[in-house]
Amino acid sequence: MSGLFLLAQAESNEGSVTLLLYLLAAVLFIIGLKQLASPRTARRGNMLAGVGMLIAIVVTLVENDIANWGTVVAGLLVGSAVGAYLALRVNMTAMPELVAAFNGFGGVASALVALAEIERTGSHFNVETGVVVALSLAVGSITFSGSFVAFGKLNGSLPGRPVSLPGGKLLNAVLAAAAIASSIWAIAADNALAFWLVVAITLVLGVLAVIPIGGADMPVVISLLNSFSGVAAAMAGFVIGNSALIIGGALVGAAGLILTLQMAEAMNRTIANVLFSGFGAVSAGPVTTGDKPVKRATPDDVAIALAYAENVIVVPGYGLAVAQAQHAVRELANLLEDRGVNVEYAIHPVAGRMPGHMNVLLAEADVPYEQLLDLDQSNPRFPHTDVALVIGANDVVNPSARDDETSPIYGMPILEVDHATTVVVIKRSLSPGFAGIDNPLFYMDGTMMLFADGKEAVQSVIDAMADV
Amino acid sequence: MSVAFVSGIVVFVLASFVGFEVISKVPPTLHTPLMSGANAISGITIVGALIAAGVGKGTFAAILGFLAVASATINVVGGFLVTDRMLEMFKRKPRSRS
Repeated sequence: MSGLFLLAQAESNEGSVTLLLYLLAAVLFIIGLKQLASPRTARRGNMLAGVGMLIAIVVTLVENDIANWGTVVAGLLVGSAVGAYLALRVNMTAMPELVAAFNGFGGVASALVALAEIERTGSHFNVETGVVVALSLAVGSITFSGSFVAFGKLNGSLPGRPVSLPGGKLLNAVLAAAAIASSIWAIAADNALAFWLVVAITLVLGVLAVIPIGGADMPVVISLLNSFSGVAAAMAGFVIGNSALIIGGALVGAAGLILTLQMAEAMNRTIANVLFSGFGAVSAGPVTTGDKPVKRATPDDVAIALAYAENVIVVPGYGLAVAQAQHAVRELANLLEDRGVNVEYAIHPVAGRMPGHMNVLLAEADVPYEQLLDLDQSNPRFPHTDVALVIGANDVVNPSARDDETSPIYGMPILEVDHATTVVVIKRSLSPGFAGIDNPLFYMDGTMMLFADGKEAVQSVIDAMADV
Repeated sequence: MSVAFVSGIVVFVLASFVGFEVISKVPPTLHTPLMSGANAISGITIVGALIAAGVGKGTFAAILGFLAVASATINVVGGFLVTDRMLEMFKRKPRSRS
């Protein structure tokens, strides 16, 4: 039985059938994740993972001597009702904050599992169990408070811009040290109060760590919190000696970390740089926008340029999400396709507020995903593009990231819309993007600016199209 | 360290590598559903929550257990449902007018 022993935890008295069923759940998670990575199988993959979860839940309820069915059923009912309501009712444009909130609930659940274990055992742990209890508490609490600060920033109830706190980095380092010291005290003295202190400190740490990070860096932060929620679950798995939690948590930890690295790479920054330097904190110098001429366009100008183009590439950004302009964009694309114009969409990996944000919005508007191009597919096409239509994007199309070594975003891969014959920029005003960096694209000869809310602007172009 | 704890570490490390291998190449189109699907899987902590709520003794343990089960269930049910809702929109559609 030495092979099985890898899965068996010595303290648990679960039978081997139970352990094999937990293994089956874990295998379904792996297959589900694998299938989530391909458009054709993604939906089935999600369902398989859900089946795995159901198996794990049923096995747990059957195999443990559940005494408090009232508590268990009440928790399941309340959680199902709230979860289903949020998942089915929330608007697609609110997806980033919803994902952040679900991350937070996962994190707090793992911390609560560790707290319940402290309560059950009177905090008498051997050293290794004490360490994983402290880790569950700390990672779970940071995930919880960090996710809800991210939630607030994304839905606008907290300021989305970077908030710099004086001495913030030092304070965070002191708090982290205090959490470690408190953990050591808790483990050495079997002290429940010290474990609670770890929770309190790390809750504050989660808030202070995410508050300074600006909205445009949210794709990195959400991915990292996603990874943390997995790590917290894995640590809780060590606490209760359950391999399904360890495997599931480790998978999610790895998945989240891969996404985090991809997002950071798409901004040409390290994760540490995103977390600790606050984009806005890099002062970009005074923005001089007043004296340079821009070419203002009317909706008619834009309609004419688009109608007589052969190839049009739409470049969406966060402004499109704010204006909820995705359906109007799709309508405009339909009109253009009727005229024989080839329309595609170029999507920067960090456009919007979470990985894949633009893809979800355009999918909601029934844009076929074959028309969505990523960074590497888009850039070779811009030289053959007649009109690049930039809607609510700024930093991801800023040529100074490529040309100006003094720019704070120098080195970040961009969508090279300036290689298109004509660039139409739909934007509310000339105000610089979140990073406070001026965008030379707006002053180029081939650029037309249409100043308006994204949805209204696209609608006015659609109206003008009737007369072209 | 007990043998069980060490085998837990072995499982953790191997599963992390499996995670990296399985999802190293995801098209950007699926980044959001992958993230929310993975998020739902992290709700596996519900197993620990159910045990805590089911076997805990005393009022305080019951409160902790209830909160753990409710939070984990929100994560699981909400995560899988919202992922499915998103993926439903990603169905392959004929290129309507080309």
